[in-house]
Amino acid sequence: MRIEIQDLHFSYPGGVEALKGVSLVVNTGEKVAIVGQNGAGKTTLVKHLNGLLLPTKGTVRIGDWDTKDYPVARLSSRVGYVFQNPDEQLFNKTVYQEVAFGPRNLGYPAEKVAELVKNAMALTELTGKENVNPYDLMPTWRKMVAMASILAMDTPIVVLDEPTTGQDAASIERIAHCVQVLHQQGKTVITITHDVDFCAENFERIIVMGGGRILLDGPAIEVLAQEEILATTYVEPPQLTRLGNRLDFPHPVRNEEEFLDMYRQLHRQRDRA
Amino acid sequence: MAMIDVQDLTYTYPATDSPALKNVSLKVEEGEFVAIIGANGAGKSTLCYTIAGFIPHFFAGTLNGKVEVAGIESQHSTLQELVLNVGLVFQNPFNQISGAKFTVYEEIAFGLENLGIPREEMIKRVDKVMALTGITDLAKRSPYALSGGQQQRVALASILVMEPKILVLDEPTSQLDPIGTREVFQVIKEMSNRGMTVVMAEHKVEWIAEFTDKVIALSRGEVLLQGPPAEVLTSPLLPQHGIGISRYTAVARRAREENLWPAALPLPVTLDDAVAGFVGGLENAH
Ligand SMILES: Nc1ncnc2c1ncn2[C@@H]1O[C@H](COP(=O)(O)OP(=O)(O)OP(=O)(O)O)[C@@H](O)[C@H]1O
Ligand SMILES: Nc1ncnc2c1ncn2[C@@H]1O[C@H](COP(=O)(O)OP(=O)(O)O)[C@@H](O)[C@H]1O
Ligand SMILES: [Mg+2]
Ligand SMILES: [Mg+2]
Repeated sequence: MRIEIQDLHFSYPGGVEALKGVSLVVNTGEKVAIVGQNGAGKTTLVKHLNGLLLPTKGTVRIGDWDTKDYPVARLSSRVGYVFQNPDEQLFNKTVYQEVAFGPRNLGYPAEKVAELVKNAMALTELTGKENVNPYDLMPTWRKMVAMASILAMDTPIVVLDEPTTGQDAASIERIAHCVQVLHQQGKTVITITHDVDFCAENFERIIVMGGGRILLDGPAIEVLAQEEILATTYVEPPQLTRLGNRLDFPHPVRNEEEFLDMYRQLHRQRDRA
Repeated sequence: MAMIDVQDLTYTYPATDSPALKNVSLKVEEGEFVAIIGANGAGKSTLCYTIAGFIPHFFAGTLNGKVEVAGIESQHSTLQELVLNVGLVFQNPFNQISGAKFTVYEEIAFGLENLGIPREEMIKRVDKVMALTGITDLAKRSPYALSGGQQQRVALASILVMEPKILVLDEPTSQLDPIGTREVFQVIKEMSNRGMTVVMAEHKVEWIAEFTDKVIALSRGEVLLQGPPAEVLTSPLLPQHGIGISRYTAVARRAREENLWPAALPLPVTLDDAVAGFVGGLENAH
């Protein structure tokens, strides 16, 4: 399902102009990361996708629907949004109730609900925690519950707002795996994150925001190498990209494999020289 | 005398079976900047609460062992006595915001007001801290109408402004942008250079390596390792205990297996160390 945003402007009540003309197309099945400084407008942008916020000016289309013509409840069947702060999202008394809430609301029959919940809980490694109150879980697990409750809705578009915040190595891997599985299912995945290493390793397309605008949008490797533009919005290239730059690599690298390939090549050249 | 002296601490939260911290002993000297690392649930927050006196004064539960902070034994004192010495930045910035104030500026001045600090000094301190944490432009905004990262900066500023003798921070950069994260580490490093004692729970290994004096790794409530950052952060034990390492360390370890990393050099944790080693590796090629 295609997302098309045209000249989107948004001001919060009270006057803060958070988006100053954003235009963007995301095609079905794309895997996109959004990065940019605190207050850049990332959360504000994605809250427009399921109608939580409506444009002050401009349009947001999800497939053939203009978000201003559809209530959040309807849009939720197309776009699942995992909040930056899970506490804004969770309100049920057990993990199971929480995860089942969305698919039930979308009107799926009981059997289908049970299946969707089971799969979502397995993917987020929550199996076994069905009867726990989400508020008795650590914040990092609450975030996984928030993710599961959106995954269970089986929407064609999934938006994750800072899923890696405060997570340890294993959870970051689990989240990367979720993203991969969603991608394989043909869903569109949009993830906001400050973890540029995670971005470089898991996303093909990267959008860089700053001051309510899109500053860069393109293939990860090209975008993440633009050290100067990134710095204007408080983003640094990933660790291995920076290391490659310092070693004067002829082109930027973004993961261990690319780094080692390039380094071995330089090593062989030195050997011969 | 150590600023923080924890001896054989075991703590169990109310209504739970197994202790969240087990036989933890550690010392932090005045002016040291110490990082606490560990997987989710390892006990980082619990240790932060204990050092700041929230355990046992706010959370009940069973505490055994000794926790002495700025010469005060926390079990034999009140939270008020401790608060004069220790500032705690919560993991969730939302918990920090008082709810009593309408603007970011007032929110940050709130603690100083309560201490009865003269107005001129208060203004000076608030302005300085807001600049250091990058929120000068938000002074007149409501502390609630902010982005996640902006809120985290406000929470941090509201404690830094108090200039506590001991600063305890629980993942204070989790929602910050990358350069903002580095700046916060820099600011805190400078404060520790001027004598503030700092304990910080964090996941961001690259900046821990660059800025802290000592690292304590926790696993399932126990101290797994403690020592100099370069040593602890390159330990092969970390991945086994679910603790992330820097990309520099990981890639150098693989290079070493292929004899591409100088045999005499330890594995790197910082960018500069990695550059030095990989440049050396090329020079050794023949
Ligand atoms: N509820 C609100 N009311 C008023 N202004 C807001 C509100 N939420 C956010 N803003 C402002 O809108 C701008 C964009 O905020 P947004 O939350 O979209 O940023 P972000 O890019 O997601 O940042 P972060 O990385 O910190 O989460 C900021 O200036 C912020 O202060
Ligand atoms: N308020 C609480 N009540 C009961 N158990 C808790 C509470 N807070 C944390 N725990 C438990 O204590 C252990 C350590 O948690 P925590 O200190 O939050 O870890 P970390 O900060 O390293 O992620 C975990 O098993 C967690 O479930
Ligand atoms: Mg945000
Ligand atoms: Mg914690």
